[in-house]
Amino acid sequence: MSEGKTMSQTDAEKKRKFRSAKRMREIMTEYYIDAKTAGQSGKKVAWITSGGPVEPLIAMDVIPVYPENYGAMIGASHMGGDLCAKAEALGYSTDLCSYARADIACALENGGPIGGLPRPDMLVCCNNICGTVLKWYEIQARLFNVPLFIFDTPFCHVDFADEARRYVRSQLDEYIAFLEGVCKTKFDYDRAMEVGRLSLKGQRLWQDVLDAAAHRPSPMTAFDAFFFLALIVTLRGTQKVVDFYTELLQEMKDRVEQGISAVENERYRLLWDNLPVWYRLKWLSDTFASHGACLVADTYTTAWCGSMKYIDENNFIESMAEAYTRIYLNIGVDEMVKTIFEMIDKYEVDGLVMHSNRSCKPYSFGQYDIMRMVQEKKGIPCMMLESHMVDERSFSESQASTRIDAFMEIVRQRGSRTGTAL
Amino acid sequence: MEILNEFIEVAANPAAYAAKIKASGRPVIGYYCSYTPEEIIHAAGMHPMRLFGSKGDTGIADRHLQAYCCSLVRGALAESLSGGLDYLSGTVFPHTCDSIQRLSDIWRLNTSHGFFADVVLPVKLNTESARRYMADVLDKFRKELESYFHLTISDEDLNASIRTYNAIRGSLKEIWELKSHNPGLLSGSDLSSIVRASMVMDREALKDDLRSLLEELGEGKPSGEAKGKRLMLVGNVCDHPDVYTLIERSGGQVVWDDLCTGSRYFEGMMEEGSDPISSIADRLFERQVCPAKHKSPTARGEHITAKAREHGVQGVVFLYLKFCDPHSFDYPYLREYLEKAGISSMLLEIEDRLPPEGQLLTRIETFTHML
Repeated sequence: MSEGKTMSQTDAEKKRKFRSAKRMREIMTEYYIDAKTAGQSGKKVAWITSGGPVEPLIAMDVIPVYPENYGAMIGASHMGGDLCAKAEALGYSTDLCSYARADIACALENGGPIGGLPRPDMLVCCNNICGTVLKWYEIQARLFNVPLFIFDTPFCHVDFADEARRYVRSQLDEYIAFLEGVCKTKFDYDRAMEVGRLSLKGQRLWQDVLDAAAHRPSPMTAFDAFFFLALIVTLRGTQKVVDFYTELLQEMKDRVEQGISAVENERYRLLWDNLPVWYRLKWLSDTFASHGACLVADTYTTAWCGSMKYIDENNFIESMAEAYTRIYLNIGVDEMVKTIFEMIDKYEVDGLVMHSNRSCKPYSFGQYDIMRMVQEKKGIPCMMLESHMVDERSFSESQASTRIDAFMEIVRQRGSRTGTAL
Repeated sequence: MEILNEFIEVAANPAAYAAKIKASGRPVIGYYCSYTPEEIIHAAGMHPMRLFGSKGDTGIADRHLQAYCCSLVRGALAESLSGGLDYLSGTVFPHTCDSIQRLSDIWRLNTSHGFFADVVLPVKLNTESARRYMADVLDKFRKELESYFHLTISDEDLNASIRTYNAIRGSLKEIWELKSHNPGLLSGSDLSSIVRASMVMDREALKDDLRSLLEELGEGKPSGEAKGKRLMLVGNVCDHPDVYTLIERSGGQVVWDDLCTGSRYFEGMMEEGSDPISSIADRLFERQVCPAKHKSPTARGEHITAKAREHGVQGVVFLYLKFCDPHSFDYPYLREYLEKAGISSMLLEIEDRLPPEGQLLTRIETFTHML
């Protein structure tokens, strides 16, 4: 038993832990083992970007591997600083995305927490998340000398133009032709439709899981969401993912029923913007919790169920064009803020925590404007934390701590949205 | 060198020149990137003008942009917010990089310079579907200009514009070739002024002025000894003429470049004909690629190495803005490509202000002496 805690306190802690976490780890372990032994099983491996169209890969029995997901693991294992430094020694600027720097170094030495990613047979790069992935995947294409497919999704500042729709739709056909060429098998459109249905089902379940946090008190925090996100990103379109999130959703419902609060004495509800600070999840979670604050939602994990409104279940392939182009990061700042306003209302948010992520310009430039719009329209306080998401050398705990304390002071003064001042 | 002095003056004070154009009643349309389809702007009777952003105190941009943003983007916003661009009747943002992409949103939400257009060009420049999309986007831009300014841009207008731009680019290329052949003919700083002024001056007058300049250069004697190691600049925007001067003082001569404010601006001709929009698209498609675009994983390395060989380049100076992701990502592999071809290189990352002169001189001297 930990010192200074009562029996009921540690029981409460145990209750707050998620059962599903164990199953999640099992699935992710199996997944990485499959990927690393693909050579023996005769399956092909594709490296794909986190916003890339994975469903055709699943339909072709290609194992999708996500350097960005591995980047998160590298960050969480505190291996990012070392790998980023190695990339810098190779000539890569310290200002570049830390996912990219870490992966570039990692690929050359089979680094990171699982001894490197399996060699890709092909690279699939979709620039809906940023322009950095284009450069990153060009680098890996040169290194591995394997075919590279680029899925170019034009930026939608204010709308999704007809010419963009035509262009992206053509590229879906080109993508399928590319896969047929690399795999030397025919694309099974029926199978793809089934994968599409499972993908949509998975996305709906993920949305339902995130919705559970609307409950007061919330049964989960954004930090839990960051952990449970991995499956909908990596294996979207599989039955395994549908089964897992069905289980997780049930656990959320159970927790709500049992009144399990992710944060003991939840008083304040906050919204997180941008990617996580991967190497400080526990510290951030504990720090906010110590103020009675629960990060009930975030704009990052929502991105993997945000395109559902564009998907036509009976015409998955066609509707992929719009679904993959109109994601959260590929739209104008004034469009993004609409989603933030909705989330503030839905989750009854008292304050906005923005991660000014040096590793992600598309996500970070515009935050000041969003902050002002939120303050004006919703009247809630906002704060900023700065870092490189995977390079722990960039983080100042004392600065972050000071800012969080100051921010929470303001949040406390304004009181929570139910009007109960404390 | 009368004509040359005109170019130098315009490059040194583009805002004054722009104010004159505006006063004459012609709308000035500002842009930040060499992928801007200026031929269409010119065909509409408007004046396309390249902008370079404020230098020095860009604190006014802090309300909108973090510090880890390149000085071109911060300087651009700062210049607008502090009233330095009031002569503009519009701005155009072709899709370039993540920073410009977000600058476009912030610009649209916080400034008002009249006409505003996003021209979301493809990032891929190697497929038929991308080429079609490129032409679609350019056509849309033409219609947006027509609609906003209540005018028609005919195919004849576009073809006439294509003729003018071919003439301008042809002349600029000739000047560059002359310099490469005879480095003492023109100082690097003058060359920089010529190309930057070419992005600011009235294009019809410019066409004639460049021909006059070429005549002047043909008659004149080389302005200095053609000594110094033959160097090539590779990077993005350089509006620091001093860099060239410092290179010359350090035992180097810039004989070619791969810059947005250099060969990427003038390379490539366009065909006149029945589909001028496609011609404009074709040039943007075929022209040597900027790192924010994709032709193939090695296209840029091959191109730069070939150009370096063609111009007898002994050393390459990578010169780009700090916080420029596309250029920073390309740097290690380009350096390697050049090394394999026996060409050494050095890197100068710059911001809106150059580092102290002494520091730069030492660094460049060390480099040129080693070649």
